[in-house]
Amino acid sequence: MNPEHRRIAAKYLADKWRWKPLEYVFWLAALAAVWLLPSHHLILNEIMITGLFAMSLDLILGYAGIASLGHAAFFGLGAYTAGIFAIRVTGDPLLGLALAGFASAGLGFVTSFLVLRGVDLARLMVTLGVALVLGEIANQLTWLTGGADGLQGVTIAPILGKFEFDIFGRTAYVYSLIVSFLLFLIARRLVISPFGLSLRTIRDNPLRASAIGTPVDRRLIAIYTVAAAYAGIAGALLAQTTQFVSLDVIALHRSADVLLMLVIGGTGYLYGGFVGALIFKGLQDVISSWTPQYWTFWIGLILVILVLIGRDRMNLAVATGLARLRGKPAPRPRTIVGDR
Amino acid sequence: MLTILFDGIAYGMVLFVLACGLSITLGLMNFVNLAHGVFAMAGGYASAILMNRAGVPFLATLPFAFLIPAAFGLVLERTLYQRLYNRPHLDQVLFTIGLIFMSIAAVDYIMGSQPQLITLPEWLRGRVDVFGVQIGLYRSFIIVVCSVLVVALQMILTKTRFGAQLRAAVDDQRVARGLGINTSLVFAATFAFGSGLAGLGGALGAEILGLDPTFPFKFLIYFMIVVTVGGTSSLTGPFFASLLLGVADVAGKYYVPSLGAFVIYTVMIVVLVFRPHGLFVRAR
Repeated sequence: MNPEHRRIAAKYLADKWRWKPLEYVFWLAALAAVWLLPSHHLILNEIMITGLFAMSLDLILGYAGIASLGHAAFFGLGAYTAGIFAIRVTGDPLLGLALAGFASAGLGFVTSFLVLRGVDLARLMVTLGVALVLGEIANQLTWLTGGADGLQGVTIAPILGKFEFDIFGRTAYVYSLIVSFLLFLIARRLVISPFGLSLRTIRDNPLRASAIGTPVDRRLIAIYTVAAAYAGIAGALLAQTTQFVSLDVIALHRSADVLLMLVIGGTGYLYGGFVGALIFKGLQDVISSWTPQYWTFWIGLILVILVLIGRDRMNLAVATGLARLRGKPAPRPRTIVGDR
Repeated sequence: MLTILFDGIAYGMVLFVLACGLSITLGLMNFVNLAHGVFAMAGGYASAILMNRAGVPFLATLPFAFLIPAAFGLVLERTLYQRLYNRPHLDQVLFTIGLIFMSIAAVDYIMGSQPQLITLPEWLRGRVDVFGVQIGLYRSFIIVVCSVLVVALQMILTKTRFGAQLRAAVDDQRVARGLGINTSLVFAATFAFGSGLAGLGGALGAEILGLDPTFPFKFLIYFMIVVTVGGTSSLTGPFFASLLLGVADVAGKYYVPSLGAFVIYTVMIVVLVFRPHGLFVRAR
């Protein structure tokens, strides 16, 4: 690597490290909502949790290129773990959160080997199959999970023994916000690290990645496990803040919805999940106020149009618009340092 | 015992007719069409509407159950699907999920969410006793119709000029094009035909599978199992996979209802892990 390349690489990494103004705006807005939108805390809590869940999918889809139709398996496992733990052992939320994270990470680690085996369609079907099997288990183990009736009687103790959950969802929202923010910081660190960069190499060209000595399988197993843990924690947050778990957390439509949100928000920059969740829930709110039953038609239409226009082109258009606002030249799509 | 086997075979036959179009389009264009069930639903509803509103007898509705989804498929293929052939699978998945969402809401809006009933003609109802085995008349009818279809499909694929072009295009699209085969035309015709078959399957199976707006989502998994387990390079693979799935599902629900759908999902994962290209595919 000659000095010129070294300088380019260093500048590239430094650019990635620096927090952009919009990032501050996003998190400050999320924080300000605690005081500014007191009547919307319940829905904001849901958006934050769904956003975290979508971000976990972004880690594997946007960075490692693994498409999953069954990501709700981990979300569901986390939710059930946290719920059952609260009923049977103790209502301490942080312990439950950690346990849910570990449980989902374990499942993610084990199933990652199945996912690695296949390519493309087989991979999609395996992820879908894992979620279906898990959903069926949750459905059948009625004594443990409550089956189709859902898990009732989840009571959560105050966080750190001090902050009690209230019915307006204020504590819930702040709790989800803090947890999501901390996890986001870790994820942000992770994707900029050499590990994260090697994932992108794998996404763009697995063959070349392994040719330059990247242990492709090990990297994919690692990120799949991390993403599973994130999804599990998101599920646990939902279980704890709503104090209820139903089969819905693991259903096929949840896996599909989260994929939609991520795609609407855009993949590969971590905020896509949050943005997508916000847009998705917002649309759901608006559209279902005039056609309560048929709002899926419009979300389907949006999806079809989105794909027909092209996701890349759409993201590029947004990025160009933002750059123009700041008076900078438009970005080129997917610039790779040193790749000529 | 034999009755269950019989019911399972009938069920599997319907699954095959429903899914074989999907398997061909997947093998031919490498297009993941999750919305295949939408065409099946269109066929089922075409049959139900003609019968219940216009008073057409059941058998006479079947050609329409084929033609309407086929026309529908042709239009969609030419206008939308065609643009997505070279896109990543994820785009195709998202696009077709979008179509499913739209169709579910649209059908719900037009027809209501209640299940549609198909009234069978008198001579197809009831069961007969053959050597001590209870055999449903309608199920025998399905088996006969579907067997004829399977044989006809196999003949078309192996004996006709179109079949040869189709197989050539599946094997190697570029070379086929180089030989002067209009692959785009082959694609469109196959897509329309596959959609029509799905529609026919939807109409035939409405009595067994049920028919309501959530149909495309409910049976999506079954279609995908047939295709992934059976492979996409021939018709025999999906055919045996359908029969296996049909018998396993019916028997599983009868003997071990507590395991539910658990067994078939697990089998699917195991097959996918050990034979990612399908159970009946020769290694290349």
